[in-house]
Amino acid sequence: MEAKENVLLDIKDLHIWYRVYGGYLKVLNGVNLILREGERVGLVGEAGCGKTTTMKSILQILPPGDFLIPKGEIYYKGKDILKMNSSEIQRLRSREIAMIFQDPTAALNPVFTVGTQIGDVIKYSIALEEKKVHKEKIKILSVKALKEVSLPDPERMLVNYPFQLSGGMRQRVCIAMAISSNRNLLIADEPGTSLDVTIQDQILRLLKEIVEKKGTSIILITHSLGVAREMTDRIYVMYAGTIVETALTKDLFRNPVHPYTKGLLASVPKLSGGGIAKGIPGRIPDYLNPPQGCRFQPRCQHATCSCAENPPQLFEVEKGHLVACYLAQR
Amino acid sequence: MEVKQVKLGSFLLKRFLLSIFVIIGLSIVIFIIARVVPGDPARMALGPRAPEDVVQALRKEMHLDKPLPVEYFYWIKGVVRGDFGQSLVSKRPVAEDIKEFFPATMELAIFAGILMVIFAILLGVLAAQYKNTWIDSLIRMLSYFGIAIPAFVVAIIFMLLFGYYWPILPVLGRLSSGITPPRTITGLLTLDSLIEGNFPAFWDAFKHLILPGVALSLGGLFQEARITRSSMVDNMHKDFLAAERGYGIPEKIVMFKYLLKPSLISTVSIMGLDFASLLSNAFLVELIFNWPGISRYGINAMLHKDLDAISAVIIVFGVVFLVVNIIVDVIVALLDPRIRLGAARDV
Repeated sequence: MEAKENVLLDIKDLHIWYRVYGGYLKVLNGVNLILREGERVGLVGEAGCGKTTTMKSILQILPPGDFLIPKGEIYYKGKDILKMNSSEIQRLRSREIAMIFQDPTAALNPVFTVGTQIGDVIKYSIALEEKKVHKEKIKILSVKALKEVSLPDPERMLVNYPFQLSGGMRQRVCIAMAISSNRNLLIADEPGTSLDVTIQDQILRLLKEIVEKKGTSIILITHSLGVAREMTDRIYVMYAGTIVETALTKDLFRNPVHPYTKGLLASVPKLSGGGIAKGIPGRIPDYLNPPQGCRFQPRCQHATCSCAENPPQLFEVEKGHLVACYLAQR
Repeated sequence: MEVKQVKLGSFLLKRFLLSIFVIIGLSIVIFIIARVVPGDPARMALGPRAPEDVVQALRKEMHLDKPLPVEYFYWIKGVVRGDFGQSLVSKRPVAEDIKEFFPATMELAIFAGILMVIFAILLGVLAAQYKNTWIDSLIRMLSYFGIAIPAFVVAIIFMLLFGYYWPILPVLGRLSSGITPPRTITGLLTLDSLIEGNFPAFWDAFKHLILPGVALSLGGLFQEARITRSSMVDNMHKDFLAAERGYGIPEKIVMFKYLLKPSLISTVSIMGLDFASLLSNAFLVELIFNWPGISRYGINAMLHKDLDAISAVIIVFGVVFLVVNIIVDVIVALLDPRIRLGAARDV
């Protein structure tokens, strides 16, 4: 593969299981993902395929005590996050990586003001270096962060509670918290999907602007291929806890190889008529007893016997275009 | 900020006005119940051997010969001025009896309430933090016992354990016989003796409080601990907590600021109700520990059909209950801006 030095994030064979009554939900089944500095990467897949779980595991914010990581490594700047101690994790969260959540209403604490929440984020980031943090400094930085996401009247916004803001404003507040300490990597989990299309568009444009201005790397989780096409350099397609295909964005749209990717592309409804899109029959497998071999095999039109035996490994079909499917290897 | 205070003020005013209506309603209900029970209060006051014309005179004096609404009017006029009538048992004005017995009950209830709040939150937080470990299981098991066993049974067990087998704490009354009681300022012995600087009296009064106080508080305490735990565990899975942790806010701040505050809302809301059940449990607990409180006075009044005293006790309890619930509402409003600022839209 290419030179290692500018790799920012490297997820290797990550497995995550959730503990439930009656066993384990084997949600992630070997996720491999590489992100280089300054790169904009899209993570695409249908709901429930493990996109958010993968991203939350990077920040170690999965609900405590309910999950298990039987296998895998997450390297950030060459260091395994899963082996970090709590102060290293603290620094990682305060300075390096931030996540923007899907639903801004759920991501803001309902009983604290915007100023308290964003102020604490800034305070504990500064506290890593300085013993005493002045209230004035926190306020100035909070206002600056709110200005950066084009919120009107940021000073007044500080004393507002989340329920007093509109959905779009809340999303902007969340973004302000995420960018407040000039972090290197933003993880945006379907930003704005819970909002109006027009607002969603504004939010995405804002995010694009910020990323371009600051040179931040970004992982954009989305189930909209249109958004991914517009916003990213490279795309990972995920299905049921595994990466099934990755390629440069233009290559993926020009030449999708994996049957699942093809199905996803066919599922996009066209504005110019043509009726309801084709879609993919069936649904995401039961994680308690996932299918043997390729996890997509029960829904795949091209499945053969070998698909049900061993899971296919990622295979390079062209430069930088990897596919986990026996079809591609033939 | 100004807007906030105005809103809280009008919120308080609204609650207060509402309470007045509740009290009026309560007084009507009590009055009617007290009058429809069979038996002639005048005859009961004077005894079976009093001559008929004396009884009639007393009936007139007590306005018993008037129609019910007029009678109510005379009664409520007295109540507003602090005149609850005459007790048939103690032969004193009911207001004086209340003044004497009420502080004892309040002292017990406040002490039990404080225990309830402190230990409920403590145990709830502990159980949530050590979810699904032996600590959580132990607290859960204790809770089942605490909720299932009635306060008077606990009181009797305490009496047996600490009064008979292992006599380390006093089990009768409010003060030992050798101790001079402090001057009455608030009527709460512990508080009065502290104000006077009389520490031996304070310590003695405090020791007398422990057993009945603990017996009274247990039910509500464990119920609230369970509620605190479950709402904390619920909130632990909320996105905002993952977000706050993910943005680098330290674990301790996340737990005790961002998790505890929203979780306490449901605990505090239930406290008003628990305080009411605490007062009703006080009837039996006061009897067992020979606590000279208003609950015991109320029971005596009931046994002797002392109507004015019964009505007064119920009204006093009603007022206490309303005051406690206003306090609870204010605390909830302080904790939850959505209630305080009167906007529960899209939550």
